[in-house]
This record gives sequence, C-alpha cells and structure tokens, in this order.
Amino acid sequence: MISDAFIEAGHLLVRLDADLMEILILSMQVSAVSLLISVVIGLPVGAVLAMNAFPGRHIAVTVLNALMGLPPVVVGLLVYLMLSRSGPLGVLGLLYTPTAMVIAQLVLITPIIGALSCQVIEDLHHEYEAQFRSFSVPRTTAVCAYLWDARYSLMTTILAGFGRAISEVGAVIIVGGNIDHLTRVMTTAIALETSKGELAVALALGIILLSLALVVNAVVMMLRTQAKRMGYV
Amino acid sequence: MSNKQLVTHPLLPISVHDLHLAVQGKLLLTDLNCCLTGKGVTLIMGPNGAGKSLLLRCLHGLLETPPGTICFGGQPLCPEVRLTQAMVFQQPVLLRRSVEANLRFITDLGRSNDTVEDLLARVGLTEKAKQPARRLSGGEQQRLALARALACAPRILLLDEPTASLDPASVLLIEQLICQARDEGTKVLLISHDIGQAKRLAEDVVFLHRGQITEHTPAARFFINPTSKAAADYLSGHIVL
Repeated sequence: MISDAFIEAGHLLVRLDADLMEILILSMQVSAVSLLISVVIGLPVGAVLAMNAFPGRHIAVTVLNALMGLPPVVVGLLVYLMLSRSGPLGVLGLLYTPTAMVIAQLVLITPIIGALSCQVIEDLHHEYEAQFRSFSVPRTTAVCAYLWDARYSLMTTILAGFGRAISEVGAVIIVGGNIDHLTRVMTTAIALETSKGELAVALALGIILLSLALVVNAVVMMLRTQAKRMGYV
Repeated sequence: MSNKQLVTHPLLPISVHDLHLAVQGKLLLTDLNCCLTGKGVTLIMGPNGAGKSLLLRCLHGLLETPPGTICFGGQPLCPEVRLTQAMVFQQPVLLRRSVEANLRFITDLGRSNDTVEDLLARVGLTEKAKQPARRLSGGEQQRLALARALACAPRILLLDEPTASLDPASVLLIEQLICQARDEGTKVLLISHDIGQAKRLAEDVVFLHRGQITEHTPAARFFINPTSKAAADYLSGHIVL
C-alpha cells in the first residue's frame, strides 16, 4: 500500500537510517565537488566571453548556450566511452567511481554556469564599460567588480547548477553504475528501489530530494528579493 | 599620486581640428573645429541629436578619433591626458554597492587624495553613506556620480546633462559643486538644455546643430545676439530640428 510506504519512509527519515544518510552524503559530496570545479571553470569562461570581442565569440557563446541542453544520457555515454577500459582514459580506472560521476556532472553543469554567468556579466559590462574606461579601471579590477556586483545573480546561477547536479540521474547511473555503498546516490537509488518495489526507501529519498529542491529555490528567491530591495538587479 | 601631479603641462587650449565621426557608416559629427582657450565653464548646447554627447565622448577618449584631431595644450589626447579628466554621464552609472563603497572603489584606484569621508561631506551624502547607491534619489545619485568624478581631482571635468530631470534644489546643489570645481581651477565642459543654467554658469557657449558647430561665442554675447540662425531659433524657443 502507498500509505504504508509513506509511513515507512517517514520512519526511515526520523531515525536517520544509516543507508539513507550514506546515500545522501555521497550525493551531496559528488554534487558539491562537481559544482565547485564547474564554478572555477565556468565563471572565468563566462567572464572572458562576456568582456572580450574576438573572432568566433558569437559561435562560442552559441555553442555554450547549446551545451546547456545536453541530454544527460548522452553525456553519460560519452564519459563512459572515455573512461571505459578500452577508452582513452581507461588506464585511470575511474569508471564506476564517484570521480566518474563528478566528471559526468561537471560536463553537464559547467556550460550552465558558463552560459548564465556570461549573460549576467555581459549585461553588467555593457552598463559599466564606459564609466570604467572613463576612470581607467584596470582590467583585473573590472573583472573583480563585475563578479562582486553580479554576486546575487551569480549565486542564483550557481544554485541552478547545484539543482541540476543533485537531481541528475541519466549520466551518473551510466558512469557510476549505482553500486551499493560506493556510487549509489539519491537519484539512482530512487530509480533502483522503485524498480524493486521498495517504495519506502524511494519515497524517503524523494522527500529529501524534493526538500533540497525547495531549499535551493527558497534561497534563490531570498537572494533575488534581497537584491531587488537593495537595487542590485 | 593625484592627477594634477601626473601631467604638469597646460591642458588649455582644448583644440578640435577637422573632427569627423561616423558610426555604422552614418556621419554624426562633421568637420568640427573649435578652440577652447578660456578657463571656467564652457557650455555645449544644441538640440537633441546634434552630437553634443558624442563630442564629449570624443574629448574624453571614449570614442576613437584620428590622431591629432583633439589636442589638450597642444598635446594629443593620450592615456596620460585622459587621467587628468573625469566625466559624469547623463544617467549616472553607479556600482551595485553602498554609497561609500562607490567612492571607495575610486579611492582604491589610487586616483584620489581625498578620503571617502571628505568626499561624502563635500557632496552632502554623509548620512547616506551606508545606503545602497541605487536607492538614492535622482539628485543624490548625480551628486554621488559627481563626487566620484571630483575624487579624481580632474583638471578637466566633462558633464553630460548632469541636472537633467532634477528638481531645483538638486540643480542648485549640483551647480554649487560645479562652481566649486571651477573656482579650484578645473576646466568644465558642460552639456545642458537649461538656458537659465547656461546663463548662470557659462563663460562661453559652443552650439551644435546636425553634427556641426554653428557657433562658439562668449556666453554674454551668445544669449543676446547669437550669430547662427539655429542658435537664435533655439534660444527663442522655436523647435529646431
């Protein structure tokens, strides 16, 4: 019965079931690491594309925007081919490890961070450029000013990336293999437990995932409200 | 190091020689020639679309012009000369920060000998120091923009309609700051449509019409007896297209 599954899911959550917590912690770790690396890569890429005019810039921006819509299973397949024993990076032995899952999520969310931060910084660049040139602001100072003044919008971008990473299933199940106590994360566990008919575990994980999504959205909303109140957007 | 120490040679006269400016194939400034020799406030007037803001941007080096077309004290416009200038735009571009952080951004560039507190006091914004700059009133925003410009201790101050859409009290405060800068020896180039303001502040007037300078006259003479028909029509309240 579905109601029994809900009650059991509640029990699992209340007693902080060890398996559930292990899955939650691994999910958070994988998503946080991939998000951190994608911010380190994506923000500078976005800033460079936003602030510089060079041949091929429009193509680069178009490609980056298109990459935001990468199908996760295709990314999973490509990363699998790269990391599989016969692939170019097979020697590293990363397939079916959390590192492989980080790589897959990285491929998925870096374009999101890069493209959205490019748009945010480009808007600011158009607004500030003449004034900064007037004050002869050095380029590095200008970049820092853009990143700081766009902090609210960039935080929203980063949280969007985290939302995508934590809720992703297609790519991580291919490269992670959904191995118990090793590469099982919330989304892959939900898929497996549902197929097994273990609805309580799936529901408990679903509730956590949904709660995370709600928290992320609430933080985004809070940041936007704060930014509007201060006149920063 | 202040900008007054950076370039020591005289910046006057400001000369514009055969300046043409085309944007996307359209000629917007045509054969501009003038020589601004006097100190004080030079007013740039003319109907909308005459090219006033473009001229100001050219003088500030924000728009590229052929070498030698614009000179300051005989020296072509170069980065060192630009550092002696500051410009305030019609729509003040304020950073998404507090009032004092906007000023600190400039003082941190090393272009000011003044402290943030001094600058705030100078423009009467001490009590608003912690407020978000973009939540100030229009007049306060423009005063903040002017404070940032004055923080650079400019020898030439370029002002693009700094009092447009402001109430009389705000206009008065801005004009007091302009007069203060002028009295300290700063050459001011001011764009304004406000004839009353022009009469109060200007030593000479450059009148532009359709991308050309139709006259450059001392203010006292300009308001009584303008030499160009466009200026005469403009002053008499006719619509000049």
